[in-house]
Amino acid sequence: MRIRATRDRVVPRLLRFFNHAGVHAVLVLIAGLWLIPNIGLFFQSLRTPAAISQSGWWTVFGDLGSLTFDSYRKILSSAIIVRSVRNSFLITVPATFLVVSLAALAGYAMAWMRFKGRDAMFLIVVALLVVPVQVALIPIAQIYNVLGVFGSIAGLVMFHVGFGLPFGVFLLRNMYATIPAPLFEAARMDGAGHARIFFTIGLPLVSPAIASLAIFQFVWVWNNLLSAMVFTRPESAPLTVAIQQQMRNFGTNVDIIAPAAFVQLLVPLLVFFAFQKFFVEGITGGSVK
Amino acid sequence: MPTEQTAARKGRRLRIARDSWVAVVIFLAPAVLVLALFVVYPIGFTFVRSFYGRLGDTFVGLDNFVRIFTQPRTLIALRNNAIWVLVVPVLVTSIGLVLSVLSERVRWTVAFRVFVFMPLVVSGLAAGVTFRFVYAHNPDVGAANAAIGTVIEVFEPPGDYAGARPSVPERVTEANGGFVSADKVSPGENALFGFVAIAPRQVPDHSTEAPLELTAAEDEIRGVVWLDFTPGGGGTRGAIDPGQQGLPDFRVALSKDGRTVARTTTEPTGVFVFDDLDPGEYSIVFEERNFREPFRGLAWLGPGLIMGALIASYVWINTGFALIIIGAGLAGINRDYLDSARVEGANEWQVLTRVTVPLLRQSLMVVLVTTTISVLKIFDLVIVIAPESVQAHATVLALEMWRASFGGARDFGLGSALAIILFLLIIPAMVLNIRRFRLED
Repeated sequence: MRIRATRDRVVPRLLRFFNHAGVHAVLVLIAGLWLIPNIGLFFQSLRTPAAISQSGWWTVFGDLGSLTFDSYRKILSSAIIVRSVRNSFLITVPATFLVVSLAALAGYAMAWMRFKGRDAMFLIVVALLVVPVQVALIPIAQIYNVLGVFGSIAGLVMFHVGFGLPFGVFLLRNMYATIPAPLFEAARMDGAGHARIFFTIGLPLVSPAIASLAIFQFVWVWNNLLSAMVFTRPESAPLTVAIQQQMRNFGTNVDIIAPAAFVQLLVPLLVFFAFQKFFVEGITGGSVK
Repeated sequence: MPTEQTAARKGRRLRIARDSWVAVVIFLAPAVLVLALFVVYPIGFTFVRSFYGRLGDTFVGLDNFVRIFTQPRTLIALRNNAIWVLVVPVLVTSIGLVLSVLSERVRWTVAFRVFVFMPLVVSGLAAGVTFRFVYAHNPDVGAANAAIGTVIEVFEPPGDYAGARPSVPERVTEANGGFVSADKVSPGENALFGFVAIAPRQVPDHSTEAPLELTAAEDEIRGVVWLDFTPGGGGTRGAIDPGQQGLPDFRVALSKDGRTVARTTTEPTGVFVFDDLDPGEYSIVFEERNFREPFRGLAWLGPGLIMGALIASYVWINTGFALIIIGAGLAGINRDYLDSARVEGANEWQVLTRVTVPLLRQSLMVVLVTTTISVLKIFDLVIVIAPESVQAHATVLALEMWRASFGGARDFGLGSALAIILFLLIIPAMVLNIRRFRLED
């Protein structure tokens, strides 16, 4: 903030100082409000169910010795939770890889290839950005039933790819479109085909956007609950579904729910901190979803 | 997009002919096929399906839609979706705007924004679990009620003897949440007040036996407040029996002609003394604060507050999104406009509403539209945070769609109709996006 106060205007300066202190106070309060719930979840995951039902997690600061890893031992020895964590990765990694690959190809075509209906096709992609998954749950579930693949991890992966693609194509096509044309034309003049341009010019230049997309898709699929509730069976269910099924008896299953939810939360949080820059760029670059 | 590049691309169009369809197909086909099969075709299927019955074998016309607009549960879902759409986008955008502007004024802008962004990557499920703890009813356990209780008890500390009642109701009359002695008392007299309905843990540790003998001097009123209860039974109501406990720290006031003339607190034996009194008739007053109940907590997860609780947790998750978009918009505006408004004498509020907001119009629209779409589809938070018994009050279209189709009833007709309503509600946003994109391109 540029302060234009002159030396003889002491009062406005004082006012600004207090104003400024107020701003700090408000922001500290808000930052606390935004931080505390997750800290609470973390401490709950280190407490016994009896302690959780009797006192708030903030009381642990008076008795740090009462913290225990028992709940984590319990989920590590729970076949359901361990399998669901594995499933979460088996669903999320392929769904991310496929969306990035297909979107990289299609985005390139929509930015740099010349064909009839290209712009109309891109507008359709923009339209599909906001389609709610609800319109596809019933028909896809029926198709999977007929094909005998209902409940398979592959089925859920493909569903995620379908609903991840509009954003992926949108983001990458816009990124490709920012590559200066002369670069591309020079390659064509040299006789390079699209495959070669795609790998040597296209991909390297949009790699930051690809990183953003991959992070987004990873977090989005990892966190998904609804589609997984519909398309998985107990043996293919991801962590979100496994936890949701314990929620009915929140009080008695709290020693599974708290640590499992913290693990569920920790993975995307680590991704966020590792790739924060790409994350923010991805949101500002593709903010329609 | 910089105009230079757009011009360059237009130039390219003149020089380079269409690509061979083989290359186009190789690049496009995988994505187009997946989109067609998993997104476009299902929209058509679901649309048609919404006119058929539960099993899909009978055409029922608009029956499914009529049911949605007549059944109580789906009507509540529609009402709740309306609340979400009307309240939340504006709320999130306003908070995001204020926080973006404020956070620009401190040196720790980035750190602050990271704190607020963080919940964006947290799943609705994990946030839901987190908030189930926050919203626990017991203020000793739930953070929300603990915070509210702490504030309330600073101003109105709970009494030591919440819930206590006189053992002989005739000896007192109720007044302002406390009690006043029914008979007047004069100096030189004793006054005995037994109380019951006090849990053993409410009696302070330093309490000792109430005295069996009591003598007031000429100019004093001497009394006892005691627990008129003998464990195991026995004893006389209204009289001090051996072994009964005095109630310490009881706040007792003395009033004359309706005015309080003295205050005291009882000793460990329950004895209180008002001395140096003028002759006359006095009343003994036990004020409300002795009996004031502690804060018992708000039922955040009950039917009355559940919508507010859900909306608060949604705001916690999504303010970070508003902050990213508006913060980026703010970084792009020319500060000279703001500074010149300040030089012209505008205060900060005027600068915000008359200069900053119009300049940020586009970012604000993005946040409003995106949040509207997101709250129309809200599902995770509702199913995770609202206990099953309360879900009927908190339900939304997406939850009803899931329940109708996969939650037991297996009514794909009703489920399809609910999905189509969601889709129709989102179409304005879709049109807005397409328009905006056409303008940008």
